[in-house]
Amino acid sequence: MELINAALVGVLMASSVYLMLSPNLVRFVLGLALLSHAANLLIFTGGGITSSITSRAAVGATAESDSLAQALILTAIVISFSLFTFALVLAFRTYETLETVDTDAMRAAEPEPSGHPGRTDPSGQPS
Amino acid sequence: MTWLVAGPIVVPLSAAVVTGFLMGYGGIQRLVSLCSGIALFGTATALLTNVWNEGVTAAQIGNWPSPFGITLVADHLSAVLVLITAIIALAAIVYSFEDIERRGLATVLHPLLHALMAGVCGAFLAGDIFNLYVWFEVMLIASIGLLVVGGTRAQLDASVRYAALSLIATTLLLTGIGLLYGLTGTLNMADLHLRVQEVENEGLLTVIAVIFIVAFGIKSAVFPLFFWLPASYHTPKVTVSAVFSGLLTKVGVYALMRVFTLIFTNDIGYTHEILLWVAGFTMVTGVLGAASRNDLRRILSFHIVSQIGYMIMGLALYTPLGLLGGIFYTVHHIIVKANLFFVAGAIRRFGGSSRLARLGGLYRDAPLLAALFFIPAFSLAGFPPLSGFWAKFLLIRASMDVHEYAIAATALAVGLLTAYSMTKIWLNAFWKGRPEDAMPARQPSRSEGFFLLAPVVGLAAITLAIGLYVQPFYELAERAAEELMHPAEYVGAVLGEDAARGAGPSPAGPGGSGN
Repeated sequence: MELINAALVGVLMASSVYLMLSPNLVRFVLGLALLSHAANLLIFTGGGITSSITSRAAVGATAESDSLAQALILTAIVISFSLFTFALVLAFRTYETLETVDTDAMRAAEPEPSGHPGRTDPSGQPS
Repeated sequence: MTWLVAGPIVVPLSAAVVTGFLMGYGGIQRLVSLCSGIALFGTATALLTNVWNEGVTAAQIGNWPSPFGITLVADHLSAVLVLITAIIALAAIVYSFEDIERRGLATVLHPLLHALMAGVCGAFLAGDIFNLYVWFEVMLIASIGLLVVGGTRAQLDASVRYAALSLIATTLLLTGIGLLYGLTGTLNMADLHLRVQEVENEGLLTVIAVIFIVAFGIKSAVFPLFFWLPASYHTPKVTVSAVFSGLLTKVGVYALMRVFTLIFTNDIGYTHEILLWVAGFTMVTGVLGAASRNDLRRILSFHIVSQIGYMIMGLALYTPLGLLGGIFYTVHHIIVKANLFFVAGAIRRFGGSSRLARLGGLYRDAPLLAALFFIPAFSLAGFPPLSGFWAKFLLIRASMDVHEYAIAATALAVGLLTAYSMTKIWLNAFWKGRPEDAMPARQPSRSEGFFLLAPVVGLAAITLAIGLYVQPFYELAERAAEELMHPAEYVGAVLGEDAARGAGPSPAGPGGSGN
């Protein structure tokens, strides 16, 4: 079971890296979601998989399954879920404002250097 | 005692809630925000005084005994960083009164700013590594909020870059924590210090250490992971940039200092060597990037990267003097860097632009601003007798002591290039004649003068104080470095005196015992 899980973590990590290398913002956000799943699964596997439940921190290192690891994942899932939601909203709002999801085409913060340095206002906000 | 240590987290967190409820009441919200800023400063001062007098102070939340419960620990390093955070927060609140218009943006600024402060202070005080992760997330969500508020094109673009890399970093950190827990069965950092020494699989421990370097490396913007910083820090309002530039990356540096002195000391020859190379490259790429830019805030953003290199260098040397220099540098840098961003904001307000090509003649038109720029700028470059000189002097001395001449030479050369950048700003914005198409400098109104310049004057005064009266600051950094090098006191405060006997100084010599 540990072996299968470990392989699954590897597959998830690899897929998420593949997705995140894409210039498409939506693919990137999905990659991010997969990455956090991979991390959670890794902690879960690291805690040991059996049917009995005790905290290793409380009884010392034994072969038993560890409930604390699962508590950590619960916290991490809540956090990553909310951040994923935020990232989706951010991606959507960026698409609305910049009218592209191609990260290579987003040059609003760092415009291409032109022949006249200092001619383009990078911040683009009124003072 | 518990409240004393928890105070710097509780105060800003409740301030965030209260100012959140006061969103429709501009005046009252500002007043509450200012009062909480002062309260945070008071709590932080009390904490530092207590740590100074009685040594490392730990608090077990809810009286759960460590290592099972949530522990907050304040040693000298944490306490002094919390105090600096409070000072920057106070300066930012005052500055925001004039920088950000009363309606709209200001209403969300205060809740988010206080939430950010809670995250930063929480990260400094966290005694277990999972809470460190949680506080990083609190910081992250508050900072993305601050970055994106306003919603201009540049800000959205910047937020995407910042959020993307930060989210990867926190996920990596979580992975590292999971693996570390699987290996040792504990999350409490003091307990980890003891358990890590018993781990047989040292190779795996080193792998985890490298995961932590990458995760905290993204957070602290070191080479080659810094690209999000120069892409985002110049886009939000000046108040927000200043707070970010002063505090965010330094939390990453603090986390590196903490885990690479307390937990990952098994293979110093490998991990700290990586850190030393990273430090060198960070300094050089940062300062070269700065030299190639022509906008005030973008130059300053690249300089943050460059300066991070110095702090990491102090850690990488891993000698008492090296750590002392690193800590001293961090404290000096937070104040100077935030101040430079505040000044850049004032220059833009009075001079009409933040681009060097469109500025000029400010030395004649606004001599006070010139003086206020001069102090932090040349402190950053390391001119005696300002604070930056002592910071650089300590670090270079420390590297000479352990015969790392290459990094000492790099640090000196980068110092010169920093002086070049600062001189470039000085020549263009202050000495050069005003360009014909630029507006003449405006005389500040009374409220502008007070709210924009009071924080700058205050921070410049601290820079001068550190420079001219260096002894107490040196002693503080010395104590903090001593605690990092010999974690016995830290472990004792958290786990009790019995456990601390196993702590002792970290295993000496590179390579560890297991190779």
